[in-house]
Amino acid sequence: MPLDADADADATASAGAHSSVGVPATVRSEEAAVSVSGLVKSYGTVRALAGVDLEVAAGTVLGLLGPNGAGKTTIIRILTTLLKPDAGTARVAGLDVVEDAARLREQIGLAGQYAAVDENLTGLENLTMVGRLYGESRATARRRGHELLERFELLGAAKRTTKTYSGGMRRRLDLAAALVANPPVLFLDEPTTGLDPRSRLQLWETIERLVAEGTTVLLTTQNLDEADRLAREITVIDQGRVLAGGTPDQLKDRVGGERLEIALDGASRVEAAVRALAPMTDKPPDVAGELVTFGVRRRDGAIIDAVRRLDAAEVGIKDIALRRPTLDDVFLALTGHAAEVAEDEQETVA
Amino acid sequence: MRRLVTDTLVIAERNLVRLPRAPELLLAFTVQPVMFVLLFRYVFGGAIKTPGFSYANFLIPGIIVQNIAFGGFVTALGLNEDLHKGLIDRFRSLPMARPAVLAGRTLADVVTNALSATILIITGLLVGFSFHTSALPVIGGFGLLLLFGYAFSWVFAYLGMLVSTPEAANSVGFIVVFPLTFISSAFVPVASMPEPLQAFAEVNPFTIMVDAMRSLWLGIPAQNNVWGAVVWSVAIIAVFAPLAVMRYRRATSQ
Repeated sequence: MPLDADADADATASAGAHSSVGVPATVRSEEAAVSVSGLVKSYGTVRALAGVDLEVAAGTVLGLLGPNGAGKTTIIRILTTLLKPDAGTARVAGLDVVEDAARLREQIGLAGQYAAVDENLTGLENLTMVGRLYGESRATARRRGHELLERFELLGAAKRTTKTYSGGMRRRLDLAAALVANPPVLFLDEPTTGLDPRSRLQLWETIERLVAEGTTVLLTTQNLDEADRLAREITVIDQGRVLAGGTPDQLKDRVGGERLEIALDGASRVEAAVRALAPMTDKPPDVAGELVTFGVRRRDGAIIDAVRRLDAAEVGIKDIALRRPTLDDVFLALTGHAAEVAEDEQETVA
Repeated sequence: MRRLVTDTLVIAERNLVRLPRAPELLLAFTVQPVMFVLLFRYVFGGAIKTPGFSYANFLIPGIIVQNIAFGGFVTALGLNEDLHKGLIDRFRSLPMARPAVLAGRTLADVVTNALSATILIITGLLVGFSFHTSALPVIGGFGLLLLFGYAFSWVFAYLGMLVSTPEAANSVGFIVVFPLTFISSAFVPVASMPEPLQAFAEVNPFTIMVDAMRSLWLGIPAQNNVWGAVVWSVAIIAVFAPLAVMRYRRATSQ
């Protein structure tokens, strides 16, 4: 896990470095592609956003991380001109989301939580329709549709209605539809929710390629691995407020250093284990059943030290591992609750 | 303005292209009305007395009007589905003319209504219906039918966005429109109904519309029925098109 995280940090950094070359002319790489300040939105008495500020540098990915009902989708809907904010301002690609809404729509792509494609049209017909609604001629729109289908490995299914597509294929088509006009800024609302691991990985690779070509991406997710892998910066929101922001590493540092995770051989000896391990840590260890977790003072030799102490206290262990804090830990520390993967997101946004 | 026209055509085309791929909808447009004609003509036809007309001549204008009024249910289903499946969000995030979503949807109905009415006319001619007027009023009658159908597309557009599921859209439309078509001169002479129903049937726009069609196709005296039908159609559009647009705005601003 720690190795993966480092590799991804490098990948994201290099993608960022390329961006100055590939960024479409409408957004200069040195300015923020998205900047939001003091955004407020209520639905009746429910306050969905209570003053949100955030910024996305051109050519990078910002991950908007939060539980269900945190306000992620509301932010996306405001930034894509589907919804007007009650207060605050938001600019995307240099255009105000309210004042310049019509012009802004030419600069953005949106792929939603639901794959918004017409089930009774074929893949090619869907993309052609979207292209024509961007004002392209039928021929141009078809050509562009072909290109995108090829790129998203859907050419074989171009002439099949999309109701015959798998979930992963629909998401890819949805993303392709968002890219028809080559928008410099892309909004992805939980792009991989409900996908199997393989389709998820494919979609991640696609998003990484887009960013390498200079697209700015704002994506919402409840999936911490996704944010960790794709986003250069992460903004954690809960109940319509920004709780924290920064790179994945910065956020993890806020929770503390390396953590030792020990699965005991049975829960009966937990107290003895905690006593034996106490000298290794500043804070009392977290205990969940037979799992004991704590931040270590020194990384080197921590595992051997722990094994010796537990052995001396006659506590058996099943498994022991040293790991960096994950975004799960960050999330838990910031929101006071774990990131739950719930099925009812649509209720909170409908 | 040019964008409004092209975008409306793109949306209309989309709605027409997808239609043959939903077999249950296609059946509703083709087989179902033919079935109704055959049932009424041969099951009830012998029992219903229509002085001055053969039942085939009496029935066909009535059943075509009923059928065209229901043509708009595809709009109710389609808009409801689009709203809930996120397609409307996609449309609204595109730099397209916004009214085109509703305009294209209802325009597609005009095409399917024309198709459906043609099938019914042919069926009618096969079961004994015949035109008793010249080409001009016959064509005028066809135009009036399309106008009346278009008006009901807006009623259904509104209903489709008012309710939460496509199934509900379907049954609300059925419950509201079906009795209206029956308590009219469409299937039986109004004089054969009980008094209170007669009073309702006489002012029912369906009666006015059906009588207008009978005057245009069979040559019975028109009185004010043709103009009445035009005024009713325009009035329905004038009320329900703004309602639908308002409902569309509300449904999409959450």
